[in-house]
Parts: sequence; structure tokens; C-alpha cells
Amino acid sequence: MSRQQPEIEVKNLTLGYGNFTLMKDISFQVNKGDIFIIMGASGGGKSTLLKALTGLLEPFGGQIRVGGTDFTKASPQQRNQIMQRCGILYQSGALFSSMTLAENIALPLQRYTAYSSKLISELVSLKLALVGLSGFEDYYPSEISGGMKKRAGLARALALDPEIVYFDEPSAGLDPISSKLLDDLILDLNQSLGTTIVIVTHELDSIFAIGSNSIFLDADTKGISGRGNPKELLKTTKNPKLREFLTRGGEKNA
Amino acid sequence: MPLTFNITKQTLELNISGNFSGYDNEAEKTALFNAAAKAQNILVKASGLGHWDSTLVVILYELAKRAGKQKTSYDFSSLPENLRRLVSLALKVDRNPPSPPNRATPWLEALGGWGLNTYTGFVGGIKFLGRLLNSIGRFLTGKAVMRPVDFLFALEDCGYRAVAIVSLVSFMVGLILAFVGAIQLQTFGAQIYVASLVTIGMTRIMGAIMAGIIMAGRTGASYAAAIGTMQVNEEVDALKTMGVPVTDFLVLPRTLSLLITMPVLTVLADFMGIFGGLFVGTVMLDISLQEYIKYSVDTFGMTNFLVGVFHGFLYGLIISLCGCYYGINCGRNADSVGMAATKAVVSAIVWMIVVTGILTFIFKVLEI
Repeated sequence: MSRQQPEIEVKNLTLGYGNFTLMKDISFQVNKGDIFIIMGASGGGKSTLLKALTGLLEPFGGQIRVGGTDFTKASPQQRNQIMQRCGILYQSGALFSSMTLAENIALPLQRYTAYSSKLISELVSLKLALVGLSGFEDYYPSEISGGMKKRAGLARALALDPEIVYFDEPSAGLDPISSKLLDDLILDLNQSLGTTIVIVTHELDSIFAIGSNSIFLDADTKGISGRGNPKELLKTTKNPKLREFLTRGGEKNA
Repeated sequence: MPLTFNITKQTLELNISGNFSGYDNEAEKTALFNAAAKAQNILVKASGLGHWDSTLVVILYELAKRAGKQKTSYDFSSLPENLRRLVSLALKVDRNPPSPPNRATPWLEALGGWGLNTYTGFVGGIKFLGRLLNSIGRFLTGKAVMRPVDFLFALEDCGYRAVAIVSLVSFMVGLILAFVGAIQLQTFGAQIYVASLVTIGMTRIMGAIMAGIIMAGRTGASYAAAIGTMQVNEEVDALKTMGVPVTDFLVLPRTLSLLITMPVLTVLADFMGIFGGLFVGTVMLDISLQEYIKYSVDTFGMTNFLVGVFHGFLYGLIISLCGCYYGINCGRNADSVGMAATKAVVSAIVWMIVVTGILTFIFKVLEI
């Protein structure tokens, strides 16, 4: 994927809560078709950044451009349009517990398309098959396992053929095998659909396995202290904190 | 049209061209699948395909799935590589399809289930009451694991913070009582007895009932929701594994504070109601203030007043029991917290009325 078109552009973004600034003047760019990893220690503002990117949190200042439109200055209608092009997989799936999996995935389709109910149910079956859950249409979220919930959440995130999919800690709470399967699925979807993927994670195996680009958030400097392909970062970075992160503190211990 | 097909010598040739998005033509799709069912081979030609979305993948997925079942061969090689990958990803079955969930229960089984649930719920409630009494016993001997801070917070929440709403509502109830009574009493010129009616009505039972209903909706629901959320967050499990009795830590402070505040709120409701009656009597019914107060004081009986306060005390126990019981027995999903709050309020109000009925009968027999 060498198309260097920016899908998401963040310029001089300042974020925080109340009087507390978490990140100051950070800028980065996510290219079309990237698998972009937002790394950082726990409490370093990764999830906060994701909240800002998905419009759940108003930044203190700066710009977030998604597909060329400035998200921070967009009207509610424009925002809605941008968000229709994005799918989000929340940490625990965030499936609506009172609806079956099929109803969960059909919801965005019913809301934003004029498709017949037959086509919607076909699309639902397709999305479930894509994440390896065909046959689970009539199950409720409480009746399936945590890993399956994440897959179902991903199926819902993919419902509207999004151009960007955000993942919040996709491997949290999954065993290594499920986590690996989910990584493979992310790679597959990225390659076959060309979907831009933004992942917030601190799971090193996933970072090295699928990341094509990344940033490392540093809570102390309130900025980005490393960027680039994670595998190359591991070889080249001189930032001690990032080194420690990428080697799991290994060099210090050795 | 982006989709055309023809069938020659048992080979279905499907041509896809142009931009393919938002395709929703049911009739055409059915015709295609019917034709595919008759064919031996399926050949897809997609040389002129431009932009595409999931509505195309649905068709290809469906075609391939059906072909697989009928052992028809299909050739997707002219599709763009990513589209082919996507179809094969969807077709990849990495686990056996589950049996569909069975949710239909025969009515007899449903009835039996309901009966069992009601029974276990009732027994559970009684056990819970037993554990609570145990906790109260430990509290009295100074052995209960209860943080004074929790108790003070609960006391503030169901005491001082409830004063305004209880005052307002019981004032209005006194007002209404006086109005309704006055319409009847006026017909034979006895509107002065409005004072007696309101005083007896409020002190004997209405004050307690009003305070009880407000607190059931306000505090009972909040207890169920708060403890229910703790159950969802596994905080209750954490307490249990630390060996802290849940009734001591969570239920005791809440129950104690309601047991203290409910009688006080009942007294407040009594007087606010009487004050509401007085307002109607003096402003609308032209009864002089002295006269109204005299009649009120004359009919005010200590027995009625204490019966009302006793009711308030029992209501406090019922509200707290229902709120905490349903909170602790809350399920683990988003719906269950709401359901716990609903059950807590409904059952608290029902039990309040049932207990009032029983007590009224007992007091009648005892001639109190």
C-alpha cells in the first residue's frame, strides 16, 4: 500500500479533561490503507485520543481532518456524515444487550440505508460470515463468549462498508489464540477492503504483527516520542521510554 | 444495468460491469439464483467492474454458498483479487454452525418456571432478611464491618436531601385532601371538619404512605441501581472473597439510615400535609385561622401519630430490603440494572400496601 493519501490528519491537537492537559500540540497523519497503531503506556491518553478522533470528546484546540473535512469545526450533520464512513470496535464490543446479533448489525443499515429488509438480512449474514460467526444471527450478546462479542462488534462496525475502522484495545481480554485470529482478521479486511485501520493498543505481539505505521504517546512530555513502522522503530529508536515499551523493559532487565 | 446473465449449455455466465453500489433488486437476484440452481458451471466475468460495495459481495457469497451445496463448480477468477479474498474469507468456516437457540417454552413449563422463580425469590427474600438481622446484631455488638462514612453518606442522601421533595408532595396531598373533603362537607355546612379530616388522615397513614412512596421511588431505586452496578462490576464478588459480609458493608448502612430517616420524614410529611389543609381551609374555605388550628389540635391524637410513625419505620425497612435485595441479585448485563430498579420500586410499594393492610386489621382488632 504505497498510496500516500492522508485519510486522517491531526494538526496541533491539544487534549485533556477540565483543567488537566493530557496532550499538547500533537500532529500526525494516517494514510489510506494504513494499519495505524496508537501506542502508549496505560493512562497515557491513548483512549482519550481515540475519543477525540471519533468525536466523543471536544479537543481544547487543533484540527482533526477526516477525509479532508475538519471534524472539530463540522456541523452536526457533517459530523454524522463523517461518522457514517467510520466503524468503531469498542473494548468490550459494546453490543446492545437487548438485541440479537442480527439486530445489532442491522441497526446502522436500517438507520442509514434504504435497503429492503431482505437485503439487510443478507448483508447481516455476510458480515457475520466475514468475522467467522455465521449462524449466530439469533443469539443475544449474553449468550456468546468475549472473543465472539468482539467479532460481532467488528461485524457491526463493518456494517456500512466503512473507510476507516477504529479499534479500542482489540486484544484486551482475549486469549493469545483468539487475539491472533482477530489480528489475522484485521489484516484480511485491511487487504481485501483497503480499509484504513486505527488501533489503540499496548499489545506488543499485535503491534509488530500487523502495524504498518504507529505513534507512541508519552504522558510525561505530553507529546509523541516516536513514529513510524513499529518494527523499524524497534531497531532505530533512541528514546529510552519507547525502547523500554517495545522490548517490554527487556533491555533493562538483561 | 450492472448485472446481466445468460445460461448456455448448463453454464451460467454472469457479467458484472460499471459501478456496483447499493444494489437492491430482489426480483433480479431471485432470477439469478434460480438460474444458478439449474446450471452446472458458473462463470463470473467482471472485467469492467469499477467501484463496488457489500451488496455485490452478498450476491457472490450467496452464489458461492449455494454452488457449494449443490456441488456446482464456479469460476471467480476474473474478479479483482481483493473481492475474491473477501468472498473466500466469508466462506471460510472456522467453527461448526451452532444450533439455533431455542427460546420457545411450552406454557406449562413457563408456568412452572414462574412458580419456582416466585418461590425461590420469596425464600431468598426471607434469607436476606435473616442475614440483615444478623448484621444488625453484629452492629449492635460493634462487630459489623461497616464504614461510618458510608453510613453518613446514606444518611445525608435519604435524610436531608429528601426533605424538599417530601415536604412539597405532602403539602400538595394535604391540599388535595382538604379540597376533596370540603366539596362533600360543604353540602351540609360542616366544612370546619376539613381540619379534622386532614389531621387524622395525614397523621394516621397518609404522611407515612407519601413519604414511603417517594422514598421507594427515590432511594429504593437508587439502592438497587447502585448495588446492581457494583454487582455488574464484580465489586460484590470482591467483597465476598475478602470475607466481608455483603449485608454488613452494603446493606447495613443503607438500612440503618432509612430506619432513622423514614420516621422523621413521616413526621415532616404529617405536618406539611396539615399545613396544606390549613392553607386551603383559611384561604379558600373562609375558615378562620384560630378555628382551624383549634379543630386540628383537638383531633390530633398521640395514638394516630405514633401509628403513623411506626408505619414509616416499617416502610423504611421494606424500601431498603427491596432495594438492596434486587440490587444484590442483579444480573450482569445492561438491562438487568434497570430491571432491578424497577422490581425494587414495584415490590417495595406492593409490600408497603400489604403490610399496611395487615397492620390496619391488627390495630382494628386491638382497637388502637
